[in-house]
Amino acid sequence: MISALSKSVTRVMGKSAATPHRRALPAAHRWRRLIGPLFCLALWYVATSFGWVDVRYVPSPATVAKTLYLWMWASPTGDPYVGTWFMHAGNSVYRVLLGFFIAAVLGIVIGGLIGWFRLISDLFDPVLQMLRPVPITSWVPFAVIFFGIRDASAIFLIAFGAIFPIIVNTAAGVAGTPRALVRAARMLGIRKHMLLPRVVIPAALPYIFTGLRLGVGLAWVLVIVAEMLAVKSGLGFAMWDAYYFLRMDIIIGAMLSVGFLGFLSDLAIKALSRRALKWSVDV
Amino acid sequence: MNGKPAQAGAASPLPRIECRQLRKSYFDRASGEEVNALDGFDIDIADDEFITVLGPSGCGKTTFLNIVAGFETSTGGTLALDGAPINGPGPDRGVVFQEYALFPWLDVRENVEFGLRERGVPAERRRAMALRQIAAVGLSGFEKRYPHELSGGMRQRVALARVLVNDPKILLMDEPFAALDAQTRMLMQEELLTMWSSDRRSVIFITHNIEEAVYLGDRVVVMTARPGRIKEIVPIDLPRPRDVTSPRFNEIRRYVTDILHAEVNASFAQMRTAAAA
Repeated sequence: MISALSKSVTRVMGKSAATPHRRALPAAHRWRRLIGPLFCLALWYVATSFGWVDVRYVPSPATVAKTLYLWMWASPTGDPYVGTWFMHAGNSVYRVLLGFFIAAVLGIVIGGLIGWFRLISDLFDPVLQMLRPVPITSWVPFAVIFFGIRDASAIFLIAFGAIFPIIVNTAAGVAGTPRALVRAARMLGIRKHMLLPRVVIPAALPYIFTGLRLGVGLAWVLVIVAEMLAVKSGLGFAMWDAYYFLRMDIIIGAMLSVGFLGFLSDLAIKALSRRALKWSVDV
Repeated sequence: MNGKPAQAGAASPLPRIECRQLRKSYFDRASGEEVNALDGFDIDIADDEFITVLGPSGCGKTTFLNIVAGFETSTGGTLALDGAPINGPGPDRGVVFQEYALFPWLDVRENVEFGLRERGVPAERRRAMALRQIAAVGLSGFEKRYPHELSGGMRQRVALARVLVNDPKILLMDEPFAALDAQTRMLMQEELLTMWSSDRRSVIFITHNIEEAVYLGDRVVVMTARPGRIKEIVPIDLPRPRDVTSPRFNEIRRYVTDILHAEVNASFAQMRTAAAA
């Protein structure tokens, strides 16, 4: 009898419950994602070689490539822009990772509490919503006074800035936990304090990952701001310092580096969320 | 309407569910009025009895179920499970929801194990129990699937396995097959009866489908439009498996339809006067 049942079940298995509206791209078409970047590169190249822009202010792709090569791979000569890229980039990556990690942990905890407990939401949400629109740069003086021109300053600014989207999204996800799931868990005998880790947080996971993706993007914006103003190393510092010497090639090289590193960290979060949300239809 | 179980020979002297003048009212902010969802609900349910509850939408069927489940509290009357009052939800009352309410991040086996795990059953034992229950609902081979990979009927099987593995005293089913297509629905009804006849526990099954109510139930509780009262309890004396095309089945079905029809009309009239006011 059971095998007959299984057979009838297999029959209906064909239709999938829900599919995202966009199909996955066939592998053969993946290359088209390169068109946009290549077009920008071509435009840049044309603009500099036909004299549409002054190459003293917008150096050509070739100049930037050469600068970037020296900055990254040549052995240090004492010139601040030769062979120092990994030191700067390493500093920035370290600050982003640490700041973002703090933001992620605190953001998920605070967002979870705000989303779950009405009282906490009523007490803290208004403060949060008032802090949120204040530009993070206005906190720089306080960061410098309290933490000095040191890593801690930059990490504080990054964590403080990146925490908001994480809190807001986590809170929205937690508050939106389907009531039926909570009831089902209680009916199955869950102890009340286990609801948050076993039901609410997993249910909110898609929102949490949205928050984390926004947060990591913001962390890269913030690390540059922080390094321009509050520390003396990192890609942001190099950029700001190069500006004093009108080394536009370095600025563009640093911009490209940040863009690339930001892109990589987004990919990392996406890969992580694909693993964690493999149960979800719309990853 | 005195709520005596129609079933003869119920082994236990105490009814599994004893419900006296159960009442639920709440303040409706939209209309600014006190709403009586349930008003003086009286019924006893034996420990091997299959009860179906039928009524116009918004009549308080689900409210009754939610009170038995412990999701909501009554505002009057008494309700006892094996003689003791109900205090919050628990695994002794297995609820199957219309919208399945499976945990989408857990696969089939983990969903079925959920209750056992939360109550501290050792991993090996709960795995064996879950696998046995998954086989019993005909889902062997699907243990590692996630709910979104399953059809509606399969999800409802998982939901059923998830509560049956806890060996509940009573099964509470809130329009569990309403979202399924007609064929799957019939299949699920049959299987539910097959399972029930082997373990004979109490079932409260809510539906708005008259044929389903008459096909499944030992008794059909027909409810009135708001405030939700019991209009009539119709014992279904047909032997199982029931033939939905037999004259007697259709006689009963017509009888229930007529009662319900009057109630649906009353409910519409109520809505119209409310809208006019």
